[in-house]
Amino acid sequence: MKAKHQRLTLAALAVAAVGGSSALALSALKDQAAFFYAPGDVKKDALPLGRAVRLGGMVAGGSLHRLADGVTMQFVVTDGIARVPVAFRGIAPDLFKENSGVVAEGKFNPDGSFTASNLLAKHDEKYMPPEMKGKMHETKTLVQ
Amino acid sequence: MIAEAGLAALWFAAALAALQLLLAAMGVWRSAKPALAEASMTEDLMRAVRPVAVVQGVLALVAMLLLIVLFVRSDMSVLLVAENSHSAKPLMYKIAGAWGNHEGSMLLWVTILGVAGAAVALLERGLARPTLIATLGAQAAIALGFYAFLLFSSNPFARIDPAPADGNGLNPLLQDPGLAFHPPTLYIGYVGISIAFSFAVGAMVTRDVGPAFARAMRPWVLAAWIFLTLGITAGSYWAYYELGWGGWWFWDPVENASLMPWLAATALLHSVTVLATRDGLRAWTLMLAVVAFSMSMIGTFLVRSGILTSVHAFAVDPTRGSFILALLAIYIGGALLLFALRVGTVRAGTTFDFVSREGALVANNLLLTVILGVVLIGTLYPIVAAGFGTQLSVGPPFFDKAAGPVALVLIAVMAVGPLLRWRRDSAQAAIARVTIPIAVTGVVLIVVAATTGGIALLPLLGLALSAGLAAASVAPLWKRNLRRTPLFTYGMVIAHLGIAVSLAGMASDTAFTQATLVAARVGEPQRVGPYLVTLDGVKPVIGPNWSAIEARLSARRGNDGGVFYLRPQSRFFSNPVTVTSESAIATRWDGQLYTVLGEPDAQGRWQLRLWWKPFVTLIWLGGALVALGGALSLIGRLTRGRRERGRGEAYA
Repeated sequence: MKAKHQRLTLAALAVAAVGGSSALALSALKDQAAFFYAPGDVKKDALPLGRAVRLGGMVAGGSLHRLADGVTMQFVVTDGIARVPVAFRGIAPDLFKENSGVVAEGKFNPDGSFTASNLLAKHDEKYMPPEMKGKMHETKTLVQ
Repeated sequence: MIAEAGLAALWFAAALAALQLLLAAMGVWRSAKPALAEASMTEDLMRAVRPVAVVQGVLALVAMLLLIVLFVRSDMSVLLVAENSHSAKPLMYKIAGAWGNHEGSMLLWVTILGVAGAAVALLERGLARPTLIATLGAQAAIALGFYAFLLFSSNPFARIDPAPADGNGLNPLLQDPGLAFHPPTLYIGYVGISIAFSFAVGAMVTRDVGPAFARAMRPWVLAAWIFLTLGITAGSYWAYYELGWGGWWFWDPVENASLMPWLAATALLHSVTVLATRDGLRAWTLMLAVVAFSMSMIGTFLVRSGILTSVHAFAVDPTRGSFILALLAIYIGGALLLFALRVGTVRAGTTFDFVSREGALVANNLLLTVILGVVLIGTLYPIVAAGFGTQLSVGPPFFDKAAGPVALVLIAVMAVGPLLRWRRDSAQAAIARVTIPIAVTGVVLIVVAATTGGIALLPLLGLALSAGLAAASVAPLWKRNLRRTPLFTYGMVIAHLGIAVSLAGMASDTAFTQATLVAARVGEPQRVGPYLVTLDGVKPVIGPNWSAIEARLSARRGNDGGVFYLRPQSRFFSNPVTVTSESAIATRWDGQLYTVLGEPDAQGRWQLRLWWKPFVTLIWLGGALVALGGALSLIGRLTRGRRERGRGEAYA
């Protein structure tokens, strides 16, 4: 192969790699991106069943209680417009409490309730160094 | 006074960086036009650049040390100390706390850049003089942007009046030995890449792209890559034990910000070897240097600007964000522009067949590029979507699905590559050489699939390929005189083996982890994996700047194993007021027992989360092996380079 041809081939391959990765990423994003819902959005939109989504809002006062197994909790997330009942099995983040913000990761059920697999709560209201970006400035619990 | 001295040192360092850029530019410009130059004056200009680079590095180091002194003395009249430190903090976290915040960590970045520039000026002997000067000039240009950022929008030495009685403290999640180690390691990696990029700029400016430039650049790429590897490995383990979620990689934007430069540096590392030894892939290597640098800039800036956490309302100073974006645009745009202008002058290198070591390395580069593209798009997509008014997040399902299969193909290429010859190879002979690894892969695949019943496809393939890769990795040593095998060959073997080990750990953890979540009564045994874990009791304990509730768990393997104890805690910090869970982990040769304490309930039960993670430790052991392999390569290259130069001088 001549040097010039090899160069062109390599350039073409590089372009193909970039194009391929973009195509791959965008097609996967279509079904894997987790959209963010507030309880108010849930009312007007059709329920996104079977998709991993995030539900964000305040934990309604007096709504938090634990079931008899000791590890499942139920609470209501509200944004002042609508209320969504949420069930979560796991150890709650340290700063998760009533009348405080929460982002729940999980799925909607057909009856309009939400089953959370993770809870994200703000770690600390007043103090947030840049190191705490992303995962570190939230406390999070995971459930398999 | 100390703060003012630090600020002064920073200003002087910035001024010297400007001088360094100016001198280098004049020197390079004059040497490019020999008709115009009086040789002695050009010579003088060039000679001046090196000492300026050294002094600039020293001044930046002085500024960083002064900031550490301020933190150690808990000088609350300095805003940064008051906001991020507390007098009751252990000494180690006062020191490490100096870079546990935005301004301090940017200063650390600049310091490492300055010191590394000084090291280039002092140590680099293999490059043509004009190329070296252009390299130092490029470095000064990069440093200038950071100095401007520090001095105009993130001054670490700003005072506060009146000074508060005490500071806000350091976030407890950061009060960990990891903070002393992890950020500096990653920064050395980022900065090392920027130096490799400066070499590329130097070579492009002086039209000196060839094996000599690649040999000069390679140790820096290798060193940067070793530190990135260590930083990512350490960060992963830190997050694993500190956060108490049992996971070791979350595809979090901050993690991706460190992974992307590593991917680019890995590609660059392999292509620079082709350029250094076979004089091929010239423009390709330059492009990768530009990409790697862009990734390390994007990494630094994404982490520092806080753009990526928009969903979680992180307060970003808008002036700071736009400053960062402007710098990012100038650097990356400038780098791409220079590449576009000069790529035409880079002559094509030596050619090679498709089936050859070079061909495999090109495939490696392409696959790494694909993974890099996927990670980059996935990481930036939420920002773009937010620009269009849609809030969303991109998490592990996306990255696993899009990047996982490509990574497995890459592993296969990685197994074959080192067994191919340079320039050209016959496909048949190559296949003959990989029969054993392929057989190993097949056997493991069948055995695992048959014995474990129904593990997911990705971890199954991961386990099989890791076995095949391990076999293929040591194959280059087969039938060789092990004493005469060069050190850098051992380096490659160990690094590739490290990837196999790490992959095996990831696959094993994904496939075989067992978890239990219970509300446990005292004395009631819980089963997780092969262990029986019993909550013996809970008691309060006191630490240097925290108090805690500590559980004692007794664990026993099977019915006849010895009893050992784990003590997970729930810690309360008062500065700032925070609660953290401290997991307790018992490491055995075949995995880790990981325990986390939750909340009590009204009936006196305590939430316990228990994991048995078979062979999870291989993940970080593999990472350490990869770094070790890099270090052996680096030592091998450096000593051989010195010997060859010594011989050359002897003949002359």
